[in-house]
Amino acid sequence: MELTLVQAVNDALREEMKRDQRVVVLGEDVGKYGGVFKATDGLQAVFGNERVIDTPLNEQAIVGASIGMSLKGLVPVAEIQFIDFIHPAFDQIVSELSKMRYRSGGQYAPHVVIRAPFGAGTKGGPYHSQSSESYFVHTAGLKVVIPSSPAECKGLLTSSIRDTDPVIFMESKRLYRSVREEVPEGEYLVPLGKARNARPGKDVTILTYGSMVQVSMKAAEVMCEEDVDVEVIDIRTLMPLDIETVVASAKKTGRIVIVHEAPKTMGFGAEISALLSEKAFDYLKAPIIRVTGYDTPVPFSLEDQYSPSPERVIAAIRNTMAY
Amino acid sequence: MNAGSLSLTPSKPRPAVSSPLTGKQLLRLYYLMIVSRIADERALIAHKQGRIGFYVPAVGEEAAEVGSVFALSPEDWIFPDYRGSGIALAREMPLKIFFDQVLGNIEDVLKGHSMPSHWGDSSLNIVAPSSPICTHLSHAVGVAWAAMMKREKMVTISYFGDGGTSSGEFHGAVNLAGVFKIPTIFFCRNNQYAISVPVDRQTAVTNLAEKASAYGITGVRVDGNDVLAVYLATKEARQRALRGDGPTFIEAVTYRLGPHTTIDDPMKYRGKTEEESAWKRDPILRFSEYLTTLGLWDMEKDQVLRNKIKEDVNLAITNAKEVPKPEIDSLFEDVYSTSPWHLDEQRMEARRFVASKRQIQ
Ligand SMILES: Cc1ncc(C[n+]2csc(CCOP(=O)(O)OP(=O)(O)O)c2C)c(N)n1
Ligand SMILES: [Mg+2]
Repeated sequence: MELTLVQAVNDALREEMKRDQRVVVLGEDVGKYGGVFKATDGLQAVFGNERVIDTPLNEQAIVGASIGMSLKGLVPVAEIQFIDFIHPAFDQIVSELSKMRYRSGGQYAPHVVIRAPFGAGTKGGPYHSQSSESYFVHTAGLKVVIPSSPAECKGLLTSSIRDTDPVIFMESKRLYRSVREEVPEGEYLVPLGKARNARPGKDVTILTYGSMVQVSMKAAEVMCEEDVDVEVIDIRTLMPLDIETVVASAKKTGRIVIVHEAPKTMGFGAEISALLSEKAFDYLKAPIIRVTGYDTPVPFSLEDQYSPSPERVIAAIRNTMAY
Repeated sequence: MNAGSLSLTPSKPRPAVSSPLTGKQLLRLYYLMIVSRIADERALIAHKQGRIGFYVPAVGEEAAEVGSVFALSPEDWIFPDYRGSGIALAREMPLKIFFDQVLGNIEDVLKGHSMPSHWGDSSLNIVAPSSPICTHLSHAVGVAWAAMMKREKMVTISYFGDGGTSSGEFHGAVNLAGVFKIPTIFFCRNNQYAISVPVDRQTAVTNLAEKASAYGITGVRVDGNDVLAVYLATKEARQRALRGDGPTFIEAVTYRLGPHTTIDDPMKYRGKTEEESAWKRDPILRFSEYLTTLGLWDMEKDQVLRNKIKEDVNLAITNAKEVPKPEIDSLFEDVYSTSPWHLDEQRMEARRFVASKRQIQ
């Protein structure tokens, strides 16, 4: 069946809730309303208000209670309405969710998924457009997953729900309704920790994830005309990173462009760049280039200028080719 | 401590207090409520026409917003949230500044940095809000605290919704203000919903004003559709604060007649009949009836006033629409007091891409 990304979220939740009685969904407006983006649309009607829970407006309690539920055998999938509003729960995530397994010597290990829409593209300004993945990748104990298409989303969300580590699952708002694609019906899994080669090529590697895969693919198409064969790797799981795929591609092409919408400084690209200089230095033919959101808050009026565009990616590819 | 010291039921047909204001002031109040209503209505229409990207209307909450601001002095600092058209306009924000903000154009005092409906202007002592719920409450506490230390005669007021009272930020700010007897007012517009979640799913307490007693501060529940009752409650709270008797939590009981924002569909969580009966308690209708009873107002005057305001508002929207978007450099302004090297570098790059225009969709 053809689904948008937000429908794929819904489908994955539905399948997992059917399959596994332990799975519950909770968050602000997720029940009757079906979520502000409609990701949980219709779930309460099917699974009841005990398993699809409208909570009061308090993110720390949503995450904290999810941790508690999981300790008692449930598998909570919490929705944070926008990643921008996850910060009240930061303490619960960074001090509790991520470290509970460790500090208890493995005795108490919260099995919780936190889903949150993120990113620019819908004119949300400073508080509805952020890309905050770095905070979570930086926090030991959390897995971080970001899908780039509807089918990928279904498979990765399903795997996230089954994974026994806490997962921060970030959904690009830009992709929610802009693409439709064939999504496998029924059970469908895409493994965590494995990157995807979205476009094999031999001259340059683009390392990217989320909605920036699309932007990178457009840039890659344009570069065909200049006889440059671009490989696009969709990272999919930022933590743990599929280092083999990344290094193999770097060794193959020797030229690397990293694309993400999150700010540049201390962004995920900085980590990949450091890893490649450690593990593939001898193979690199040019400096690694990052194309990212700027190191500013996301502006309302100039949001389009803030996000990486195919033009910016193309310019980076030309630069690395010309080196 | 005394939750419910001014408790008028929301369904009372008339303001239950005899007017504390002169005829001229009453008409001014009415004028401000109408400006707020029409600004919201026109903005919603402009959004439907695709001329405005996003908007947060306060339709139905005019009495709460206008009545409370009217009780303040210009030196008092206001900390609104995103639902503040009545607040900004009651503070006499010119329609130009108001709609330049909504469009985020180059003349917007916030430089197009902030989302529409997040009005602020330091010349009016309205502190520009963020979007996260209730983060501004402790700021209002801090400003009032500093003013108290400096022996300045001013108060602060923060606005938030029923849903906001569930947040940790609310707890932290109100508790702090209680301990130090901070001259601040926590003004809660209980408009019955937090997006789709009704207030009875937000808290097990029926009167939000009761929350005040847990912090040892005064709690007041007021009919938020009664502009004079709101005015009086706020005025009293202000005097209490200036007397050194600490903060007040005001719960203004009202109803959000419109959508949560321009991207909401209330029919998903409440019925037409509920909305229709809420419209019967429209604070503007109620106040105009009151003014008519006093002999201050009539239908004809009403029509003339509304037509005039509609024209002013339409013109302000059209004008704001014609003002160009901010220049690319503004994207990098105000991140720091002075721009560090890396932002200079990024600004140069951004300029190049604007110059070479986007081609690929
Ligand atoms: C910390 C945080 N969580 C979630 C949101 C998303 N959100 C925006 S408004 C809103 C509902 C607020 O309801 P209420 O406090 O009653 O104010 P109202 O909008 O009704 O005026 C929500 C959940 C947010 N802005 N901030
Ligand atoms: Mg509300």
